[in-house]
Amino acid sequence: MSKKVSPEKYEKTLSYRISQWFYGTKDPFLGTVEMQPQKPFAEDKETVKKRRQEKQGLFKNIYDTSHNAELQFFGKVYKVFSVLFCVFLVAMLLVAVSDLPTFGHPENPVNNEVAARYIENGLQETGAVNIVTGMILDYRAFDTLGESHVLFIATCTVLILLRLDNSKKGSHGMGYDMEEDRLHEPKNDVILQTVARILVPPIVIFGIYVILGGHLGPGGGFSGGAVIGAGLILYLNAFGFKKTERFFNEKTYKRLSFCALGCYCLAKSYSFYTGANHIESVIPLGTPGAILSSGLILVLNICVGLVVAGTMYTFYVMFRKGAY
Amino acid sequence: MQVFMLILLGFLVVCAVSVSLSKNLLNSILIYMSYSLVMSIIWILLESPDLAITEAAVGAGITSVLFFVTLKKIHAIMKSEEEQKDE
Repeated sequence: MSKKVSPEKYEKTLSYRISQWFYGTKDPFLGTVEMQPQKPFAEDKETVKKRRQEKQGLFKNIYDTSHNAELQFFGKVYKVFSVLFCVFLVAMLLVAVSDLPTFGHPENPVNNEVAARYIENGLQETGAVNIVTGMILDYRAFDTLGESHVLFIATCTVLILLRLDNSKKGSHGMGYDMEEDRLHEPKNDVILQTVARILVPPIVIFGIYVILGGHLGPGGGFSGGAVIGAGLILYLNAFGFKKTERFFNEKTYKRLSFCALGCYCLAKSYSFYTGANHIESVIPLGTPGAILSSGLILVLNICVGLVVAGTMYTFYVMFRKGAY
Repeated sequence: MQVFMLILLGFLVVCAVSVSLSKNLLNSILIYMSYSLVMSIIWILLESPDLAITEAAVGAGITSVLFFVTLKKIHAIMKSEEEQKDE
């Protein structure tokens, strides 16, 4: 709201009404179109009695199986057909499985020229010693971008589903839920806190190591992010919401994932424009084996790791609190 | 190594069957957790450590924790009798 205009004047302007409609505080169509507020539902005793009798009669007719020959016949046919269907399904699956190529055979269709090319030219083209990371974040970086977005969208959906009304916060319902939640929580458990104090730093450092070394050894953004998320969950369980919310709350999560996903998009679209179609990429690949090598893979790994760690932690918090 | 692999695979089958047969939901989740852990060992034996790390962190760690939270929310995990007497 602009400070130059008084609130009374501002309420008459068009932008105020638009913002009200946008935030859902006022419905401009209420009362002007056919839409009308609902009336409370009421019925007298006679109709209630009639309705109940009709309902009971209906149930009697439906569940009177002993005198209904058709229903008995149908029951028998149903059982026979369900058994037949199960046998058919199992047989189909077994036949399909027996047709699969044997596990690990060199002449399987999986071992075609695509895999051979990845293995032969992967190090040269992507600069990553770990071929898997080179494949995920360079040849198929677009797929990984989609996967990270799926994670983010899943969290957004849960956020929307579990959202609390601001006006209802602090009322009886919410407080009761929180109390119930507290009952099962360890109250300053000494064992848990000591273990967490010793274990959480190594877990988080291992996660960071897995993310940063994704292009050199086993690991990568997703696994490292999951490790960090698990460490954060352990910390939260030991010390409670108050301590974790100092450094990680809903706003932090939103900004973090937005920045990481945006960074990924920018970096990868830049790479698509410069590196695809056999145009030379501007970013140097560096010496294989050094930590600052393999072009964009390190940056993309960090982005994916941030998104995954935030998502895991936020999922847990949302399920735990019922809201965020 | 072959024998070790066979033992692990047999353990997987036993776990998968007992998850669905166990009547206590908490036990099911614990068995499922051990299933994921053994699965991650099998991934290492199959020479894919990338997957092993992810399986251990996501399958054995976060998924089961989410299951625990859900069980708590639907009040499937009850307090023991001693704790109830205390309060």
